[in-house]
Amino acid sequence: MNLTAEQKRVLWEDRFGISLADGQIGIALAGNPNVGKSTIFNALTGLHQHTGNWPGKTVDNAQGAFLYEQKSFLLVDLPGTYSLLAHTVEEQIARDFLCFAYPDVTIVVLDATCLERNLNLALQVFEITPKVIVCLNLMDEAEKKRLMIDVPSLERELGVPVVATAARQGVGLTELKQKIVQVASGSLQTNPRQIVYSSEVEKAVKQLLPLVGSLANNTLPLRWLALRLLDGDRSFLESLSSYLGVDPCWEGLRCAQ
Amino acid sequence: MCAMTSPRSLSEVWSEAEVVRKSFPHSFSDQIVTDIYGNVEQITKQVLSKKESKRYIFDQRVDDVVTSKWFGYPLMLLLLVIVFWLTMTGANLPSRLLSSGLFAFQDQLTLWFQWIGAPAWVHGILVLGVYRTLAWVIAVMLPPMAIFFPLFTLLEDSGYLPRIAFNLDHIFKRSKACGKQSLTMCMGFGCNAAGVTSCRIIDSPRERLIAILTNNFVPCNGRFPTLIVISSIFIGGAFAAPYSGLVNALAITGLILLGIGATLLVSWLLSLTILKGEPSSLVLELPSYRRPQIGAVIYRSIIDRTLFVLRRAIIITAPAGALIWVLGNIHMGQESMIAYLAHYLNPFGQLFGLDGFIVMAFILGIAANEIVLPILLMSYLSTGYLQDFASLDALRTVLVSNGWTWLTAINVLLFTLFHWPCSTTLLTTNKETGSKKWVLLSFALPTLTGLTVCFLLTQGARFLGLV
Repeated sequence: MNLTAEQKRVLWEDRFGISLADGQIGIALAGNPNVGKSTIFNALTGLHQHTGNWPGKTVDNAQGAFLYEQKSFLLVDLPGTYSLLAHTVEEQIARDFLCFAYPDVTIVVLDATCLERNLNLALQVFEITPKVIVCLNLMDEAEKKRLMIDVPSLERELGVPVVATAARQGVGLTELKQKIVQVASGSLQTNPRQIVYSSEVEKAVKQLLPLVGSLANNTLPLRWLALRLLDGDRSFLESLSSYLGVDPCWEGLRCAQ
Repeated sequence: MCAMTSPRSLSEVWSEAEVVRKSFPHSFSDQIVTDIYGNVEQITKQVLSKKESKRYIFDQRVDDVVTSKWFGYPLMLLLLVIVFWLTMTGANLPSRLLSSGLFAFQDQLTLWFQWIGAPAWVHGILVLGVYRTLAWVIAVMLPPMAIFFPLFTLLEDSGYLPRIAFNLDHIFKRSKACGKQSLTMCMGFGCNAAGVTSCRIIDSPRERLIAILTNNFVPCNGRFPTLIVISSIFIGGAFAAPYSGLVNALAITGLILLGIGATLLVSWLLSLTILKGEPSSLVLELPSYRRPQIGAVIYRSIIDRTLFVLRRAIIITAPAGALIWVLGNIHMGQESMIAYLAHYLNPFGQLFGLDGFIVMAFILGIAANEIVLPILLMSYLSTGYLQDFASLDALRTVLVSNGWTWLTAINVLLFTLFHWPCSTTLLTTNKETGSKKWVLLSFALPTLTGLTVCFLLTQGARFLGLV
């Protein structure tokens, strides 16, 4: 989605309560709870932080700014979630921000000690936005637990840059910043791995794809849109009509049900 | 109008999607989650060399069994039966010793009172009223609690409780409630007031209300002793020695299952009627199994639970014991006050297979469930049917001589399970829901359930001539 800088600034201010300065690059920071997300957030932004609540919700919202290579970045700390399937308010907030705020870069922080559970979230983020960097945190802990992760092949498997960090020791943070600059500027292309669903799900998606085409004015990946509709996720429908004003008929539908 | 003009309106696509979803043989969203994990597993296999620690593998192995489709529930039941069996068999001897010791001391006390020449009513209130009540409370309630609570804490500490919640999640979803309700329900086994407070973890207001309203359907710490004692006397007692413990354990387990069943049924009914909606899911992190810390287990179960419950029982029972002795000894015409009250309530109680004394004990028990049994005993004893009792078997004699049958016992068990919440729980419900309407409903739901069940059972048994 190509918003002008001004449109985006207004969108962030009005809908998410976040003030994006002129020319600032907006970054979303996602991850499971307890993966050291806040440590990374603090390490990158230092004291330049602003905390509040997500509009209308009792969930904390923290933003912080930092400069790197003469560029200004605004880092938005999303609530810690295990998935984006919107079972909780936190998941809904994280999903809505990724879908409707169009961050320039999204960092997904993973806990290297339980990679499997954490990758679940990463793959879901990949379905929404291509500009993702995976930050493999707690590498020191993984080492202690004698877990060996092959980072280059993980990078190959995922199709996005993977940065191994141990944020508490400050390891890997410079590399993370470099990757952010490269992905934001487009000098580093990403091609995130897309989830392959079982044939019955794929069939259902195929059935629905022709219908969803014009629904969201091409601002969302169609496949993902179709999956959420098939999922029967009402909270997503509400967000869809609230953020994109998609369908005036939605109100009527809700009454009818 | 818009649905017609725009062929691809959201509402149209939505209903189209609904058709596809409903034509799916099983849950579409579950399939999506399964598929995502399938992808994840593929990736992990490529990049992770599993030098996983032994304990992780151990946890995985145990969890494969403990939370499996086939072994999950049977194992849960088995553990419950074992815990109750240990409790009941183990509590027998200490109860006997305690009661004979405490009542021997009562005789000594009586002698002292006579020696200092105290008036009869002082001796009556302090010894026959307060002391005898307390002796009963301690002899009857302390041993089962001192065994049950450490065992329960042991399960909690080892990490098994979250697995129970995990196993139950799926049936809670079936009844259109939140899976987290399985956690708040488990909390309710400890204390219903705490259970109600813990419902804060449920995000959806609809599901939170369901969880609050149904929390009282599982027995709390304060009600377990009553269940255990009544069941040992009447249900286990009906069988020969080697089997009685097991039968008892099965009976209590059955009652708990009944409580869980009622929780699910009422949740389901609520979500069909006044609290309509679809269930949401929960994410539950299963902590790794730990070797329980014996010190912590003993401290938490003895200090936090056993002594806490006992203290609550004693604080409220002691004055109640005095009051009941006074009521039992002030006569209105032919009858003592207490008999008068009980006779007044009796017709109502009889309708449900209870009697006036039982109804009165439950009404006074609104202060705290712990005191229902002590009050009941004191009321019976104050009418002077039986003064001499040296062993716990006397309890049975007391009850039987007051007209108890197996039907009365079962009704008391059921009514203990299903009746109004204690005052603390009601106050907490008021605080959490902020509305008298919901408090009233949380009072009415279990009460009506209990009355209905007891009524049907009693009238049915009488109709068939079983009693």
